[in-house]
Amino acid sequence: MKKVSMEKRYLRIGWIFIVVAAALIVVFNFYPMIQAFLLSFQEGKGNNLTFAGLNNYKKLFSDKLFRRCLFNTLIYVVFQIPIMLVLALAYAHILNDKTIRFKGLFRTCLFLPCCISLVSSSMIFRSLFATGGVVNQTLQSLGLINEPIGWLTEAWPARFVIILAITWRWTGYNMIFYIAGMQNIDYEIYEAANIDGASGTRQFFSITIPLLKPIILLTSIMSTNGTLQLFDESKNITNGQPGDATRTISHLIYATSFEKVPSFGYAATMSFAIFFMVAVLSLIQMGVGGRRSD
Amino acid sequence: MTKNNAKRKIGRFFKYLFLIVMSIGSIYPFVWMVFSATNVSTDVLAGKLWFGNNFLQNYQNLVNDTNLWQAFGNSLKIAVLTTLLALLICSAAGYGFEIYHDKLKDKVMSIILLSMMVPFAALMVPLFRMFSGMGLSNTIFAVILPTISTAFLIFMFRQSSQSFPRELIQAARVDGLGEFMIFVRMYIPIMKPTYAAAATITFMNAWNNYMWPLVALQKPESKTMPIVVSDLLARYTLDYGEIMLGVLITTLPTLILFFALQKSFVNGILGAVK
Repeated sequence: MKKVSMEKRYLRIGWIFIVVAAALIVVFNFYPMIQAFLLSFQEGKGNNLTFAGLNNYKKLFSDKLFRRCLFNTLIYVVFQIPIMLVLALAYAHILNDKTIRFKGLFRTCLFLPCCISLVSSSMIFRSLFATGGVVNQTLQSLGLINEPIGWLTEAWPARFVIILAITWRWTGYNMIFYIAGMQNIDYEIYEAANIDGASGTRQFFSITIPLLKPIILLTSIMSTNGTLQLFDESKNITNGQPGDATRTISHLIYATSFEKVPSFGYAATMSFAIFFMVAVLSLIQMGVGGRRSD
Repeated sequence: MTKNNAKRKIGRFFKYLFLIVMSIGSIYPFVWMVFSATNVSTDVLAGKLWFGNNFLQNYQNLVNDTNLWQAFGNSLKIAVLTTLLALLICSAAGYGFEIYHDKLKDKVMSIILLSMMVPFAALMVPLFRMFSGMGLSNTIFAVILPTISTAFLIFMFRQSSQSFPRELIQAARVDGLGEFMIFVRMYIPIMKPTYAAAATITFMNAWNNYMWPLVALQKPESKTMPIVVSDLLARYTLDYGEIMLGVLITTLPTLILFFALQKSFVNGILGAVK
């Protein structure tokens, strides 16, 4: 009898540990989210807002600029994430090889970009790819190009630079997750596979990948979430130029809210588009990756 | 057998080649940035990979054009305070969710995890209006408060708490130690590696945070390092030497932290992934 009440008392004490964190998340995350939802039904400039029903949502579907930014953002997601995750897996797989030396050195080199802020990495890539910058000068002196390439002034080259900058910054970060995951795989499984004569490639696809599935899922959800919200690079590498060809949705929301004439209601509507995509893509990834293979 | 050996050797050769090429690609922009901080703008653009003698001039320009050290101080204040508060609040919550778990707490945890899906762009305008209403815009509170409780950190501490030995708690209870003292005197010291990893991640995020401080801190004297560096782009002619020195100074604290805590950082993620 007494033991049961003690147990209950402990469970109640548990809430005290949780309450501050939970309250902060409610106040600074869920509450503003509800506010944003209400804002998305309002129209007006600055703080003069009036109820407008579904006008903002109707506008969203016919807004060419929004569609363009959506396209840009999806281009980043579709090209950048697979390249980055495959590279990160390759790094981790090779560094997990017991016969490879200087592991610590390679790991540190590959992880180093993660110590740099997104703004700083944007500044670095912007300078490297400036019209008169290192990349063009090198290509010209090698005789590979005659005229400097407008890396930041033409649509696809600018998108390429942004994809390169994100991949450079984040691949090592994902690698650490895979290395951690691979260390948790029992080495005896590989030894058994060796005895059975399975090749290295076969082992990678039949043992490593299936056992890493939860972590691959985790990293792909994290990356999708991050890239769908891309802002720092779009703002600092190209400032959305040329002609909004590199502007992301987050950057458009920022511009709609705080540049020129602020239109908070419409900005909130656009932010729900990101929310919707993050939620749908996470569910799809969980559906595809979460299926148990046994 | 020998054929197999030769195959393996070639395989290893390509593995090393791949690692070396990618490592060089990985550190090249970084190394170039460090040298560029000491060079004149034209040498920076030419890709000079050695120290120049323009460091003092770059520094002078940077100090004249920006509130460099004030911004550095602001960033440091924000990052240190955020890290301390976030570690305390989120580790307590992670501990609470794991050690005292019941059905209701598990449900609350999954609701908290949902907050990871909320894009920051959606919160930006409501938060801006909230802090303006409270008269807290342009203060460090506006930057710190929304970032000290994150689902990611709570989750990380909850996962790591699974390895915290329950027998220790039972023994401490028998000895008459209160529940909060168990957390302070036993959990925190034992979980040091998790704290170190969490501190690295939180400090880096706080130090590097850009979007929200850009919105919340509009006054020149309240700006942080990433904003100040980014503002260098808003000029007619760009001085790349000056910009790269700004980038270098912004990068130093997170770089030092990473090298100091590299091992525990990797171990911490390992603990969270398990």
